[in-house]
Amino acid sequence: MTKKLKIVVLAKQVPDTRNVGKNAMKEDGTVNRAALPAIFNPEDMNALEQALRLKDRFPGSEVLLLTMGPPRAAEIIREGYYRGADGGVLLTDRKFAGADTLATSYALSMAIKKIGPDIVIAGRQAIDGDTAQVGPQVAEKLNYPQVTYAEDITGLDGEKLVVKRRLERGVETVKTPLPAVITVHATAPDCRPRHAKHLMKYKHARTFTEEQDNEHNSYLPIEAKANLRIPEWGVADVGGDEIHYGLSGSPTKVKKIENIVHQAKESKILTSSFEDIDSLIKELFSSHTIG
Amino acid sequence: MNNIFIYIETEGGKIADVSLELLTKARSLAKELSCEVEALIIGDSVAQHKEELFQYGAQTIHIAEDKRLKHYLTLPYSSIVISVLKKENPQIALFGATSVGRDLAPRVSSALVSGLTADCTSLEIGDHKEVKSGKEYKNLLYQIRPAFGGNIIATIINPDCRPQMATVREGVMKKEPLDVAVKGKVKVIDTAAILKDEDFVVEIIERHIEERKIDIKGSPIIIAGGFGVGSKENFKLLYDLAAVLGAEVGASRAAVDAGFAESARQIGQTGVTVRPKLYIAVGISGQIQHTAGMDQSAMIISINNDPAAPIHQIADFAIVGDLNEIIPRMIKSYKLNSK
Repeated sequence: MTKKLKIVVLAKQVPDTRNVGKNAMKEDGTVNRAALPAIFNPEDMNALEQALRLKDRFPGSEVLLLTMGPPRAAEIIREGYYRGADGGVLLTDRKFAGADTLATSYALSMAIKKIGPDIVIAGRQAIDGDTAQVGPQVAEKLNYPQVTYAEDITGLDGEKLVVKRRLERGVETVKTPLPAVITVHATAPDCRPRHAKHLMKYKHARTFTEEQDNEHNSYLPIEAKANLRIPEWGVADVGGDEIHYGLSGSPTKVKKIENIVHQAKESKILTSSFEDIDSLIKELFSSHTIG
Repeated sequence: MNNIFIYIETEGGKIADVSLELLTKARSLAKELSCEVEALIIGDSVAQHKEELFQYGAQTIHIAEDKRLKHYLTLPYSSIVISVLKKENPQIALFGATSVGRDLAPRVSSALVSGLTADCTSLEIGDHKEVKSGKEYKNLLYQIRPAFGGNIIATIINPDCRPQMATVREGVMKKEPLDVAVKGKVKVIDTAAILKDEDFVVEIIERHIEERKIDIKGSPIIIAGGFGVGSKENFKLLYDLAAVLGAEVGASRAAVDAGFAESARQIGQTGVTVRPKLYIAVGISGQIQHTAGMDQSAMIISINNDPAAPIHQIADFAIVGDLNEIIPRMIKSYKLNSK
């Protein structure tokens, strides 16, 4: 029996915090955001691959990207198209601004309800926050079971999805009924590369906001726009109670941000004496390099 | 009511270290807040752990025992935690930032519509004044964690919702039993009343412990050894330091070729390129073939007995001396200075 699955992949555009080298820190020790490119969150890429593999196995299945962010996050949907996704939605609204993980999950869960998928696949966590909270919170809001840290979605057993999980000290294979939320671990296979044919076609995909931005898109032929529109959904499109969105829906607040000041570049020479080593370790603690 | 709850995780019939670390921390938080410490433990046979929990200061232990709860499963475990927290209404609920804690706590926080902070490295009690409204809050839990790839340290608060929830990394807080165990209470949870058949829709088919794949690239701290480490046996020192710091062990090509370390650990032009926040190069001379793979690290410490070794030139801290003396001193100092 061939089953057609509707799969939503949750993906986030994030600053590339992995490549924070010495030049990514300003003189005053703050993060130089300009030096960090906006990228497709790495584990969300692993999640996309798992979705595309399901589509390979169950022809006729549909893979949709869902991302929440500012208008420029439409790039995530295009990147999904380039690698074989069938479409996507950009959740964007000023009312979403200032959302912590709980308010983010609320917005995503409302959009997912509107789509009505069989499977929701997300990266385990995003590299800008490393919280790993959004997947389970979305699952709870939808009242779906969750399977976290997936390394391989092995397939369907009857109506149930079989998933191999990567735990701290081992692996576990579980079987979950659908619909379910699966979060994918970095040890899962890398995403396939962009496909040249998809790239040529979908580089013209635009949101309405991007189309209005003439400076950016004026070279586009008018015809190419109509069927390559990336939908933008706001609070009005997904419904729900406004109090749960954005800042008002976020129980956690940032009280303080401390920038970690990286050391100057000249080498400091130390001896192997306990005093020297102890003062170094103390310094590493106070700069939160170790903890 | 209004106490501090610690979720107690067990693994292989033992209480996880992080749970005991949390109990130790909870004692000092409870003292500041003039409240009590409560523990919540779930499993198929966990009542045996109560003496140990009393020894670590739990004044009330909530025990949920059920043969269906032998292994952790998100749905039944979260149903129990949600039910107990709703009933007991604690001001703080803490979980280990483990595979289990990071799966369980967000599900619980969503159901309770309360804030959760992941992977805290420090917890403090403090006050807060809302700038806009001028509203003042007393005795909030400051949840302190690295963010933005470890480049900032954020203090997160949860002013209005309860419980204030956080997961805490293993090994960042000290684990200390009391000299005299508290004489606490045990509350047995009626699991049959809480659990429904729908909680068991996800089944575990297979479960086993495997060797973890080596993940050099993903590690924020790397301790790399070179040919100068001298032998495979000496590499053990690097693993000891790595265990203490929560680091991965890397190696130069020369060390891999000499059989001191597996090739999956090789860093450099022919190995992987890494950019951790801390790179400790041990017995590595610093040839370009190696440094090309690590010179973008945020901080570099070099340990080499040759003062002229080029690795010292790119290091932020260059320690000239014998690694057999230096590494044990680093471990000793770490233990003295860690909280």
